[in-house]
Amino acid sequence: MATTALRPAATYRTGLYEWLTTTDHKKIGILYTFNSLILFLIGGIFALAVRTELAQPGLQFMTEATYNQMFTMHASVMIFWVVIPFLAGFGNYLVPLMIGAPDMAFPRINALSFWLLPLSAMIALLGFPLGGAASAGWTSYSPLVQAKFSTGPGTDLWIVALTLVGTSSILGAINFLVTIFKMRAPGMTLFRMPVFVWTILVTSVLVLMGTPVLTSALIMLYIDRNLGGSFFNTALAGGNAILWQNVFWFYSHPAVYIMILPAMGIVSEVIPTFSRKPLFGYKAFVFATAGIGALGFSVWAHHMFTTGSVYLPFFSLMTFLIAVPTGVKMFNWVATMFRGKIRFTTAMLYAVGFLSLFLIGGINGAFLASVPVDYHVHATYFIVAHIHYVLFGGSIMGIFAGLYYWWPKMFGRKLNEGLGKIHFVGIFIGMNLTFFPMHLMGISGMPRRIADYSATAGWNDLNLLATIGGFTIAASMLPFLWNVFITLRGGEPAGDDPWEGNTLEWATSSPPPPYNFDHLPPIRSERPVFDRRHANDVPSLTAGH
Amino acid sequence: MAANSSALTPHMTAQGESRAHAQRGISNPILGMILFIVSEVMFFAGLFAAYFNVRLNATQWPPFVNEAAFQPFQIHHEIVLPAILTTILVLSSVTMQLGVSAIRRGDRTGFLRNTGITLVLGLTFLIGQVYDYTQLGFGITDTAFGSTFYTLTGFHGAHVLGGAIMLSVVLYRGMAGQFSAKHHDAVEATSIYWHFVDVVWIALFSTLYLL
Repeated sequence: MATTALRPAATYRTGLYEWLTTTDHKKIGILYTFNSLILFLIGGIFALAVRTELAQPGLQFMTEATYNQMFTMHASVMIFWVVIPFLAGFGNYLVPLMIGAPDMAFPRINALSFWLLPLSAMIALLGFPLGGAASAGWTSYSPLVQAKFSTGPGTDLWIVALTLVGTSSILGAINFLVTIFKMRAPGMTLFRMPVFVWTILVTSVLVLMGTPVLTSALIMLYIDRNLGGSFFNTALAGGNAILWQNVFWFYSHPAVYIMILPAMGIVSEVIPTFSRKPLFGYKAFVFATAGIGALGFSVWAHHMFTTGSVYLPFFSLMTFLIAVPTGVKMFNWVATMFRGKIRFTTAMLYAVGFLSLFLIGGINGAFLASVPVDYHVHATYFIVAHIHYVLFGGSIMGIFAGLYYWWPKMFGRKLNEGLGKIHFVGIFIGMNLTFFPMHLMGISGMPRRIADYSATAGWNDLNLLATIGGFTIAASMLPFLWNVFITLRGGEPAGDDPWEGNTLEWATSSPPPPYNFDHLPPIRSERPVFDRRHANDVPSLTAGH
Repeated sequence: MAANSSALTPHMTAQGESRAHAQRGISNPILGMILFIVSEVMFFAGLFAAYFNVRLNATQWPPFVNEAAFQPFQIHHEIVLPAILTTILVLSSVTMQLGVSAIRRGDRTGFLRNTGITLVLGLTFLIGQVYDYTQLGFGITDTAFGSTFYTLTGFHGAHVLGGAIMLSVVLYRGMAGQFSAKHHDAVEATSIYWHFVDVVWIALFSTLYLL
């Protein structure tokens, strides 16, 4: 123990007790990362179960009841225990470093935010040994979700688990906002903050305003199911099934921005570094992020076009408007790369992969904003294709870009680039093989959430292709896991600043000491580390001293 | 443990500067509490949205307990006790604020007295609420009206209970002499929360009993 104070890197190996009780934002960030990775594998197994069953028409491997649990838990796990906390984990690790703070504003609340995650995941998964997990779909529409149709403890456990995840998110959002507003280093004005911090700021506002509404919806659902309430239960006087959809989507649409904005932030750090240029249009990017956040609260009913109880022109128009700030960002990224000195590291490949796949997800999303098109493809595989192009092609690609980019900072060792590129090629090909055919299935009418389909419907080849793609994604995770394993045992030492980064996390050691910074470079722009590296290149830059 | 001890070493100028930086303006705990209350507002907004949704969809409000017997809920006739409870809760906000003003002046005795009165008033409200529940002729299962009524008032009651627990902690810490004119963020944060709980009740009372 005596040597650990001298060698900060060694504090990361001080045993289980330290990890269980830590309030250090960096360790909590790493806990978030590994918890999310484990649940990514669990959620991936559910996805493989779904794809295996759908490879051919007929029921080969599971009952319809089991299938319902598989797709419900796949979506729930991936949304609530993988993408959202994965990105929150990056936020935990990076926000204090990027703004030059010693830790988050409330370190103990931060630890609570994390520990609610494995607890709630276990509660949700407990449904399997207790007679069936939740199976009404992650959207849990009434009346299907009511006690009469969704028997067993699975749905109630799911409600409790989601309430706990929501609490974790809300506490995390408060922590991020106070940290960003109160803990910035001298010189770190709001418009000098790294774009990733901006995206976490806007995301936190969305969490703060949206997640409590989901909590209220879940509580009403719990009362309906267990105490004989009649909020959404149309079998009782006054119950209104559409009410659930309104309250649920009021959170769950902003939730897709909660899941994409920080990934956009990650990409906006990776692309400038590996293009050796500043981000094109920093302020435009910040305002676009805020714009997406603000518009995000006025589009929830585009999930409900076919219910006949929403004002279609308004929600359609607002949904189309979301494409404007998103297009601004796309322009920013492409313009950043234009005439840049691009280095195709694994992180950069993932960032470019993000751009191409998210572009497809954005364009087919604009199709869905059109009411007539939505009427045709509502609740078909077209929706499944769209959500996976934005959440897998967008969020997950962004997450992997971030992992390869910041892994050297987190552990002081670089992930192997060769294995990383194999991982990328596998996941990119597998992802398109899986999800592109789903557009065609959806247009030809294949409904989502079915365990079986007619052999003569013309969906056989497309489904087989999607299943092959699913297993390609799974196989591509093997080189990644091997990469993580060998790197943790001793990869190539990274040094403080392996990529020639721009932002403050690269100004400290890898991994950083518990207190983050011995001293900070002067902060006079949004790229303080770049400024320090090139302080002597141009005489005029040093005039300020 | 090495991590904890070194985290406390004050040898970094950057950290010292950022701490000095953080002292300007609103303090971290108070900003945290305000943001928490934003989330609480949205939580109650969800419940209120449900209430107005079922109310606007109902043919008759308050609806009939039993359509055959034509016995509507007479919630507007049960207004005396809730009105008294409302007065008690509003009074408790006044005493809370008197307590905060006292500790801002450094008057620990006045602070403790007013906080104690606030706690007693809060608990009185809770007891009155539970008594009121036993007097109402309907339950949570009686139509969407019963569901919304008990969910709204029940969750408000749970928040009063939470506030009472926070007040107890503040009172305990105050008796231990932990608060002074300069150092009383916990008191300020608790008072903001208590006022919020009061405001929610006024909105609830107006909606459920008057509107």
